Amino acid sequence: MTDMASSTIAVELALRLQREARFERAFRLLTLACALLVLAILGGVALALVHGSWPALKTFGWSFLVREIWNPVTDEYGALAPLYGTVVTSLIAMCVAVPIAFGIAVFLTESCPRWLRQPISTAIELLAAVPSIVFGIWGLFVLAPILQHTVQPWLIHAAAPVPILNQLFKGPPFGIGLLTAGLVLAVMVLPFITSVMREVFLMTPVSLKEAAYGVGATQWEVIWGVVLPASRAGVIGGIMLGLGRALGETMAVTFVIGNAHRISGSLLAPGTTISAAIANEFTEAVGDLYTSSLLALGLLLFAITFVIIAAARLLLLRLEMRTRPTK
Amino acid sequence: MKNFTRRKIRGALALWASGAATAVGLAALTAILWTLIARGFKGLSWEVFSAMTPAPGSEGGLLNAIVGSLIMTGIGIAIGAPIGMLAATYLSEYGKDSRLSTVIRFINDVLLSAPSIVVGLFVYTLVVVTMGHFSAIAGALSLAIIAIPVTVRTTDDMLRLIPESMRQGSAALGAQPWRTITQIVYPAARNGLLTGVLLAIARIAGETAPLLFTALNNQFWSANLNAPMANLPVVIFQFAMSPYQNWQSLAWTGALLITAFVLFLSVAARIIAGLFGGRERRVE
Amino acid sequence: MKKFKGLAVTCASLALGAWLAGSATAAEISGAGATFPYPIYAKWAEAYKQKTGIGLNYQSIGSGGGIKQIKAATVTFGASDMPMKPDDIKSAGLVQFPMIIGGVVPVVNLQGVKPGELVLDGETVAKIYLGDIANWSDARIRSLNPKVTLPDQAIAPVYRSDGSGTNFLFSNYLSQRSSDFAAKIGANTSVQWPVGIGAKGNEGVANMTAQTSGAIGYVEYAFAKQNKMTFVRMKNREGKVVTPQASAFQAAAANADWAKSDSYYLILTDQAGAQSWPITGASFILMYREAKDPVASGAALNFFAWAYANGAPLAQELDYVPLPAGLVKQVQQTWRTSIVASGKPLWTGK
Repeated sequence: MTDMASSTIAVELALRLQREARFERAFRLLTLACALLVLAILGGVALALVHGSWPALKTFGWSFLVREIWNPVTDEYGALAPLYGTVVTSLIAMCVAVPIAFGIAVFLTESCPRWLRQPISTAIELLAAVPSIVFGIWGLFVLAPILQHTVQPWLIHAAAPVPILNQLFKGPPFGIGLLTAGLVLAVMVLPFITSVMREVFLMTPVSLKEAAYGVGATQWEVIWGVVLPASRAGVIGGIMLGLGRALGETMAVTFVIGNAHRISGSLLAPGTTISAAIANEFTEAVGDLYTSSLLALGLLLFAITFVIIAAARLLLLRLEMRTRPTK
Repeated sequence: MKNFTRRKIRGALALWASGAATAVGLAALTAILWTLIARGFKGLSWEVFSAMTPAPGSEGGLLNAIVGSLIMTGIGIAIGAPIGMLAATYLSEYGKDSRLSTVIRFINDVLLSAPSIVVGLFVYTLVVVTMGHFSAIAGALSLAIIAIPVTVRTTDDMLRLIPESMRQGSAALGAQPWRTITQIVYPAARNGLLTGVLLAIARIAGETAPLLFTALNNQFWSANLNAPMANLPVVIFQFAMSPYQNWQSLAWTGALLITAFVLFLSVAARIIAGLFGGRERRVE
Repeated sequence: MKKFKGLAVTCASLALGAWLAGSATAAEISGAGATFPYPIYAKWAEAYKQKTGIGLNYQSIGSGGGIKQIKAATVTFGASDMPMKPDDIKSAGLVQFPMIIGGVVPVVNLQGVKPGELVLDGETVAKIYLGDIANWSDARIRSLNPKVTLPDQAIAPVYRSDGSGTNFLFSNYLSQRSSDFAAKIGANTSVQWPVGIGAKGNEGVANMTAQTSGAIGYVEYAFAKQNKMTFVRMKNREGKVVTPQASAFQAAAANADWAKSDSYYLILTDQAGAQSWPITGASFILMYREAKDPVASGAALNFFAWAYANGAPLAQELDYVPLPAGLVKQVQQTWRTSIVASGKPLWTGK
């Protein structure tokens, strides 16, 4: 090879390396920008909500959180009724879904015949993907009539003599209301919590379980005394994620909540949740204060779910750090 | 002996209860699917796919809603998936375990479970108010914002599964990171990436709340991105809450269509992920 | 990499194609608002589209929504059953005119009670919605219905949860008949109901009432008719029991003096006349004086003109009352003088 040829090749090579380096800088910048976009979205959402709800927050101040009144005529708004409904329906959902999810997870990891395990697990994971509006219309057309004609009258009748319960289950059987919404939510978050619990149970080190069996524990004692405590963080994290999802759920609840901006002691009464209120009223809110109050509700929901989900994720992160070998 | 019997009984009862719980849970979920299939199937006909949404009391179909949903989901994923993939590329290839990456991953997971109605409000204040009207592009944008965290999570997990040795081999040959990523890592993770995109599509296909105040709805055919566009979830919402029989029937059929689509994508994603190998990762 | 490029190009071209295709469609009129007239607007829109190919995209989101959307100029026209006050109209730069007249009818869901069998009056309905009367077997309901077997069942009042002109008409009427109601609840598109369940739109109230045993709700008559609901007869101001139908609505509207009204602000509830239906109302259209999109506004006016001229048969099928010819002339004169584009009147029809 002549000197000319080798120097041409060298120049070419140098140019190409320069180009590659430039590409590299550009590519790296691009990916960084996209990654930062994730932060920007969160920041943007928070900012937009704060900006939009500022008029309402300025007018009502902290009393916004504790007032029940929701009167578009006199332009007075308070978040207490939606907040109450959100909390109550989510609590009902968790009280119903968590034990059942726990039972299913235990069944799948312990007593289920091996050939049935994968199909049921797969079925549950697929059911977690079903859009929430399906649960909503099922609640309205199937569950509500059943509750109105069979379950609720029985509940009212059975609870009548019992002192506290008869306040909880009072009132005409509407079929829709807080209890119905809570039950629909329960069915909706059930697959999700089940699969989290199941995964977490499966992560328990086999040696721990075998040690327990070795000293004579029964199957149930191993689950309750070894597996559950070992996966405590994961279980709690999973439950909190389920709670976060239940709090923010819109479509499953809107159909059956009853749209009443009222707090009543009875679970059978209609109410409203933050997301149902926003979904039903946002496009028609006339007046800046009305819209701003709805945005304030959205901000409230965002803040609550953020705290719960962040706490849940931290718990799960710690669990992962402990059980997953570092990369 | 007595203690042991008691423990045995307690154990048996508990396990029996867990079986009962499974039965109850599965029964409820099966009942829902059954109702969906029965009522949705009843309304299923050729007309559903060929006619527009009808006026109350008239016959019609869901064509404009189906097409509108396809368009907005398509645009949403076209915007959201690449951004998500590039963001995840940064996290897994450049940032790795840095402080920034950890924070971004954490925030991403929070966004993953955030209420979608809040995203709808965000896009409303940002896009709809600025543009002055509802539009399909606003709807697609809100879907994109929901798709991004899903894609970031799955892509990040998939890319991390690629053995480091591949990257090191490529670097040893003198390749810049971008070349390693695009020509070695991406092709190797192809199946996993596809899984992620399919799961993201499944996630946004069923979303209603964000579309309520962005794309609104449209009684007629419209492919105009700058105007309200019909979409299945909002049509189902409107029709189900109405008293008209034909609307309610169409609502069930629409719900069946969305569910079938979402389940199909989920199954496809699992199959492809299975081909890819590696730990099965559930994305909430 | 190549695969991505191909995919990206395909997606981009699809999107572009969709955009171009969309922009090429015929002018579409967009409107939003009251659910009260929605059944007839939908029928008119269908017929109009068959005739001219121009579609009307009407979002029935409630009168409150209609007012909001037209104020934000996100639609060509807004529709509201609560007429805006003349001052509000002028300050917003809008024009308001009536389109159709209809009646709000209480509907019930009671086993064994047939449509038109039950009789109620304003006082009693007000008490039901205040929560004072909580059971169907209450003496006050029975006194109005001596021959009907009323079950011992809790009443489930259903009300509008969204901003609604129907709600305005209903609460306006009850406020006139019951000072208690006027003091505690008042009249507006959205009020604080002390008891009952909320539902969205006339459709939602109809659906909820039909689904809930023991319910009472209030809907525009077309909804009760289309869905074969158990409607209620009312005792009007003169003490006569009236059946809801077009003639009763027309009787109530006959007293209206539109010519003297400012911006057509007239409320037709609790009108005098033995045949008058007590909860009658007109549904109004709101448009900008200075048309923001002259093409769309012009198309909208053409549609309304067509509806005035040809929509009567369809309206009568649903027991709506079309506007009398004199009123139509007055409205179209208002169009000529008030709705302009670049200084010139927009509507050029006869």
